[in-house]
Amino acid sequence: MTATTPDATGHFGAYGGRFVPEALIAALDQLSAVYDEARADPEFTAELQRLLREYAGRPSLLYDAERFSGEVGARILLKREDLNHTGAHKINNVIGQALLTRRMGKRRIIAETGAGQHGVATATAAALFGLECTVYMGQVDTERQSLNVARMRLLGATVIPVTSGSRTLKDAMNEAFRDWVASVDTTHYCIGSVGGPHPFPVMVRDFAAVIGTEARQQCLDLLGRLPDSVVACVGGGSNAMGIFHAFVPDADVALYGFEAGGDGVETGRHAATITAGSPGVLHGARSYVLQDADGQTVESHSISAGLDYPGVGPEHAYLADSGRASYRAVTDAQAMDAFALLCRTEGIIPAIETAHALAGAQQVAAQAPGSTILVNLSGRGDKDVATAAKWFGLLDGSA
Amino acid sequence: MTRVRSAEVFAAARAEGRAALVGYLPAGYPSYDGCVAALEAMVEAGCDLIEIGLPYSDPVLDGPVIQQASEAALRGGAKTVDALRTVEAVAATGAAVLVMSYWNPVLRYGVDGFARDLAAAGGSGMITPDLIPDEASEWIAASEAHDLDRVFLVAPSSSEQRLASTTRACSGWVYAASTMGVTGARTATSAVAPALVERTRRCTDLPVAVGLGVSTGEQAAEVAAYADGVIVGSAFVRRLIDGEGPAGVAALTHELAGGLRR
Repeated sequence: MTATTPDATGHFGAYGGRFVPEALIAALDQLSAVYDEARADPEFTAELQRLLREYAGRPSLLYDAERFSGEVGARILLKREDLNHTGAHKINNVIGQALLTRRMGKRRIIAETGAGQHGVATATAAALFGLECTVYMGQVDTERQSLNVARMRLLGATVIPVTSGSRTLKDAMNEAFRDWVASVDTTHYCIGSVGGPHPFPVMVRDFAAVIGTEARQQCLDLLGRLPDSVVACVGGGSNAMGIFHAFVPDADVALYGFEAGGDGVETGRHAATITAGSPGVLHGARSYVLQDADGQTVESHSISAGLDYPGVGPEHAYLADSGRASYRAVTDAQAMDAFALLCRTEGIIPAIETAHALAGAQQVAAQAPGSTILVNLSGRGDKDVATAAKWFGLLDGSA
Repeated sequence: MTRVRSAEVFAAARAEGRAALVGYLPAGYPSYDGCVAALEAMVEAGCDLIEIGLPYSDPVLDGPVIQQASEAALRGGAKTVDALRTVEAVAATGAAVLVMSYWNPVLRYGVDGFARDLAAAGGSGMITPDLIPDEASEWIAASEAHDLDRVFLVAPSSSEQRLASTTRACSGWVYAASTMGVTGARTATSAVAPALVERTRRCTDLPVAVGLGVSTGEQAAEVAAYADGVIVGSAFVRRLIDGEGPAGVAALTHELAGGLRR
């Protein structure tokens, strides 16, 4: 299989497309045109690469996690996206979109955020580029990720807690779309994942793909060959598409996406969209969706705010149906066990989102002992310290 | 059941030298019966065309008022089949009835099956706020097969090329979104809507109705001066949220209909 390219109107097979109000079509057409033009412009590429290098701190390291490997029985290589400026892979996409915002002559940028990492990255880029910034965040998430709310505000962004619906990422995205319909002349909506209407899924993937491009070469340098498998967590799916993309044509490299299984897929309290969902339309694209018999979106559940989303990017739906990538669920408890293991064996506190990938790597290792597994360490866990301390009962006064 | 088609309604209003009044409520709010009673009162009081919203969990084109009612309807257990039953009940009054639905509930029901059941319930057609003609091949085929009006939206940001292609894909009438924004009452009518209607008319002979933001007889009169239809949604829903019931929406209908006859 060669790397997937959507058709001219953004369809990955049966998935993707544009399911949005007509009012947004002109802006999406403009974005598509400006993105195509920018991609072909060597100055744009040079500026993007300069910022990724000098500002975000790329290339990120590939780390041979020997003690963690010893515990799981396979060789685990960690792509250290947690070491990027702002502490997660999200900055890669945001710098790209901020450059496009400037190119379009727009002065305001809006974003949705779940865990707050994309919001922080957007607020950061807005500060760097002198853009006005508004971030929509579900009220539930503003509470469980309060540190990131403060970070965004320190960076000069306006954070709007969203109180409609399930008060999480899906509702934040609804609210961002509502803002955008009314502000599209002056505002760019910086979608934080590989979802949404065309061109977002392909554009965000392309900006995130630096992760896999670097990691593939780093694996060749370190191992003299490619890894046996590549593992990432999947909420909307941008870190996963970012690391998968360069490996899609490498048929011998297995690709695994791990979704948030919450309390367990069988309990119905989860965010495992591909594992347990069905094809539908949400937030502008056709993909897998967690929905009821009437096509109403079902609320997702996960300890991880960043994975707590009932949709997934359309390219993942395509890769799942084609069999090129496999998607499975990891429960909250499995993720937190892996979280603890990485902390104790490597001195790295991962994001809870990322811990789902680590738990997934344990599963892949159990199936293929001694294999070499590349894991996208998509973000660091500082923002999750309070949640983790509560989970493990580490706070004074807790049992 | 004899279905009243949108075209007949617009033609009848035009024969009276006025614009048509299009009234919207989401199915199942405040309850199934309460919604049907309110819609019947709106028809009785002079709404020419009824738009029944299919409540959806993620209504990105709706402002707070319709969001609130849709959420309440869903919490109250409103299902797609209930919306179709609502269509049937209101169509039985002799009114022209369209469904307005976000795409996923229709996709989930089955596009052809939905079209079939909508037509069987006496529905005239469907308005699709998040489905553009570019993605609508299945709906275009189903609406042709079941003889339903296909109402797509045009917006102030639509290019001339898109106005042409979108209106070509429409049947019955065209929904012109008066402003760049979500549904909800606004204090001033849109300054860009007259230009949008004029640009739309250059592309099509279909009636053009204007929605988003109209809540008073005064505003309805302003819009009626340049459009074939005036669409009112949130202002009706507001009356129900405020507990005014069928009498409240009937009073608003009288006010709006009065605006159209000035």
